[in-house]
Amino acid sequence: MNNDLIRLSAAELGAAIRAGQTSAVEATRAYLDRIAAVDGDVNAFLHVDDEVALEQARAVDARIAAGEETGPLAGVPVAHKDVFTTKDMPTTAASKILEGWRPPYDATVTERLRDAGLVILGKTNMDEFAMGSSTENSAYGPTRNPWDLDRIPGGSSGGSSAAVAAFEAPLATGTDTGGSIRQPAAVCGLVGAKPTYGGSSRYGLIAFASSLDTPGPFARNVLDAALLHEAFSGHDPRDSTSIDAPVPPVVEAARRADVAGLRIGIVREFSGEGYQAGVLQRFNEAVELLESMGAKVVEVSCPSFTTALPAYYLIAPSECSSNLARFDAMRYGLRVGDDGTRSAEEVMSLTRAEGFGPEVKRRIILGTYALSSGYYDAYYGSAQQVRTLIKRDFDAAFEHVDVLVSPTTPTTAFPLGERTDDPMAMYLADLCTIPTNLAGNAALSVPCGLAPEDGLPVGLQIMAPALADDRTYRVGAAVEAALRDAWGGELLAKNAYAV
Amino acid sequence: MAYDDALAKYEPVLGLETHVELGTRSKMFCSCATTFGAEPNTQVCPVCLALPGSLPVVNGTALESAIRLGLALNCSIASWCRFARKNYFYPDMPKNYQISQYDEPLCFDGHLDVVVDTPEGPREFRVEIERVHMEEDTGKTAHLGGATGRIHGAEYSIVDYNRAGIPLLEIVTKPIEHTGELAPLVARAYVTELRDLVRALGISDVRMEEGSLRCDVNVSLMPRGATEWGTRSETKNVNSLRSVERAVRYEIQRHAAVLDSGGRVVQETRHFQENTGGTVAGRSKEEAQDYRYFPDPDLVPVAPSAEWVEELRAGLPELPAAQRRRIKAEWNLSDEELRDLVNADAIGLVAATVDAGAPPAEARKWWLNELSRRATESEVELAALSITPAQVARVVELVAEGSLTNKLARQVIDGVLAGEGGPDEVVEARGLKVVNDDSALGAAVDQAIADNPDVAEKVRGGKIAAAGALVGAVMKATRGQADAGRARALILERLGVQG
Repeated sequence: MNNDLIRLSAAELGAAIRAGQTSAVEATRAYLDRIAAVDGDVNAFLHVDDEVALEQARAVDARIAAGEETGPLAGVPVAHKDVFTTKDMPTTAASKILEGWRPPYDATVTERLRDAGLVILGKTNMDEFAMGSSTENSAYGPTRNPWDLDRIPGGSSGGSSAAVAAFEAPLATGTDTGGSIRQPAAVCGLVGAKPTYGGSSRYGLIAFASSLDTPGPFARNVLDAALLHEAFSGHDPRDSTSIDAPVPPVVEAARRADVAGLRIGIVREFSGEGYQAGVLQRFNEAVELLESMGAKVVEVSCPSFTTALPAYYLIAPSECSSNLARFDAMRYGLRVGDDGTRSAEEVMSLTRAEGFGPEVKRRIILGTYALSSGYYDAYYGSAQQVRTLIKRDFDAAFEHVDVLVSPTTPTTAFPLGERTDDPMAMYLADLCTIPTNLAGNAALSVPCGLAPEDGLPVGLQIMAPALADDRTYRVGAAVEAALRDAWGGELLAKNAYAV
Repeated sequence: MAYDDALAKYEPVLGLETHVELGTRSKMFCSCATTFGAEPNTQVCPVCLALPGSLPVVNGTALESAIRLGLALNCSIASWCRFARKNYFYPDMPKNYQISQYDEPLCFDGHLDVVVDTPEGPREFRVEIERVHMEEDTGKTAHLGGATGRIHGAEYSIVDYNRAGIPLLEIVTKPIEHTGELAPLVARAYVTELRDLVRALGISDVRMEEGSLRCDVNVSLMPRGATEWGTRSETKNVNSLRSVERAVRYEIQRHAAVLDSGGRVVQETRHFQENTGGTVAGRSKEEAQDYRYFPDPDLVPVAPSAEWVEELRAGLPELPAAQRRRIKAEWNLSDEELRDLVNADAIGLVAATVDAGAPPAEARKWWLNELSRRATESEVELAALSITPAQVARVVELVAEGSLTNKLARQVIDGVLAGEGGPDEVVEARGLKVVNDDSALGAAVDQAIADNPDVAEKVRGGKIAAAGALVGAVMKATRGQADAGRARALILERLGVQG
């Protein structure tokens, strides 16, 4: 196993491949070996096919050898969330209803990874249809947190966060609907970004909640995250909600890494009851650090943020109840009870009863109810009004500050099984991340230390206005640089699965 | 109940919902082709099959067509409106929701004036238009293995998704009142006028037999003099002009019978039966679906600019009502002559034939007599005959220049309708040109004189009337293609007699 290659950052690995010091095939082999060695413990991947990965790597090496202009990540392996369609690998969204489904088309994000020369190692585990905050809702068993195998890796993109934290991949993709990138990044000690809604394409992303779903990157450091962000983002005519604007200069911002003169707002509503002491402690230290680096820190109030969670749990289930209607056994996926005696409706019903897990059913039922005639105004309608209020709170705050900061999650990684019977407790994991999704803004989570009481990673969330993603990278990189000096290296090096 | 008795007691209120399939080259939300009659499931893609992850993108031509129809119907055009999802499960609907418009239609508050013939002369009615909105068609299900072809008793069903996603416009009238016994005729006149409008705009060729214009007919009755409307029924599947008239007539009689016997009309969906001209009950209100409409989060709002709308308004072609007024004046037609043209659905065809160079009287004659007869024989609409106005104009021209007799011209039309090509090709292939070339005709004349020496002698002797027999022989020898007048002149000349 080639730990030297694995230890390199994605940027360094890309540079080494470009310089001919190593190759995409060698890098891919190193990571495939690593997956073979540790994924039995972690269960980050739902699907890995060595030959398919190596074939991509060989093709990239050939492109580089032919002198093709390839980007900074050409030849670098990536773990791909199983919610994106891939022509050469099954795509299941961690649901039984799509077991073994092979899409005939690539998602735009997939296509852009390939164009940039990234090598897709495999598909990562997740909460079924991205519904959850722990990856325990996967139909294929939970993923474990490399920092403590008895704890959750976050969710829904928990396979992606665990894969990067366990050095099974230098980079991973995720999707963030209510915090599904930032929360797993925070609890695994990684960098994770939720781009501006519409900044990265949803085409080929199996929808959970269309107005919230946003593809984004996971990486061990801010610059790598920025490079991946840049590689797959940008306008896509196949997604009507995609923004026709240049990708914000995130790589440049990650390299700049200074906060002098920047105005930073602390969201008053994100502290107090329900927040773990060690989380608040590391958060406060990070704020002091920013101030010491020349940022001007002020407290701001966003009163509507306290109603974000209930609004989210009306909007997201409503959209999902409609988005998931297509899983009906008629054209693809699981089909149950088609024995020649049953009607199409009966087969649909049996298939959905068996193919969907309990959390997915809970949300479909919730959303179906919220959209019902007579209830629409009270539920879906008022949730949309709350959404408008949250946008206004952000707008008002951003008149006075350049970015807002908060803890990414109220607590560090909780033990597996702790919240599976208590949906409300589970939902609270996304308390701080949801407002950004409802407003469509940009946000990023960067590690800011280990909580003293449990030694688990804490994330700092940086929120910026729509299309100002670069600000989150700029602040994140500054925090990262300062803390790296204090820690004597990456925080991630302290985890049990570090190499 | 007899129709006249029903109308003596009750006043009908009508409402019409018409679906028009647009003639765009690609579907409403993807780039699949829309050719009618293609091999099943060959005009499909991830989007119109609703594969996981696929997303819709609005067809700009369909949007333009919708606005143009709205303008032609004197509607206001929304400056901002959204698509909505109409949620219900059915195997021919890939997403299990239909993308439609709900409370924010693209076009609203218009009207269409229609003319109905009465014994007292033409009478005009203004039909108010509630809305015109865009939506997508569903797939087509066939139920096989049963005796009836219906779902009940079938062994299995198959679905063709070629039609899924074809753009549709739905045109909804406001309640049409005060039509009295003319209600069925007003309904028919409205659908006819709408069809002609759609054709004139060139947004659909409206082949009703292919289902590209479908009507739902709402009827309610109230006692004469009452002001409160009765309960309505909605009759679906009304797919021809004649059926629209019959459906209204049937429902008026059915409602009247129910009311007269002291019963209550049930609000329900009914199905029109082409064979009987009656309707049968379908879904009742009690089982009616809750469609859980909500704005489709996959699509951005439609916001046509005022400039664009004005540009489209300025580019509208001459509409049927204006065309009728112009043609009546230009061709100097009586009310009756115009009515005949309108009733025969020939006005556009005749106008196009005139535009192609035929004199109006000739064009009218061919379309109203010969071609109308052919259409009736083949049980198709006049416009569905496989002959174009330009071809009819050419036939007229050939007759006018003496190349064809009327009898030969009918044979040319036979050939064109049989798919043998254009008029000139048919003339060539069938050898139908009038024989007026003197040398060819001369040979036939000489032969006739030689074959009938007795007759020739009589003519020479001054019995000029006997020449008719020789002309007949010439005509027989030339299979009717000789110009009889010229043949007669030649015979007399050869026999040295002055005609």
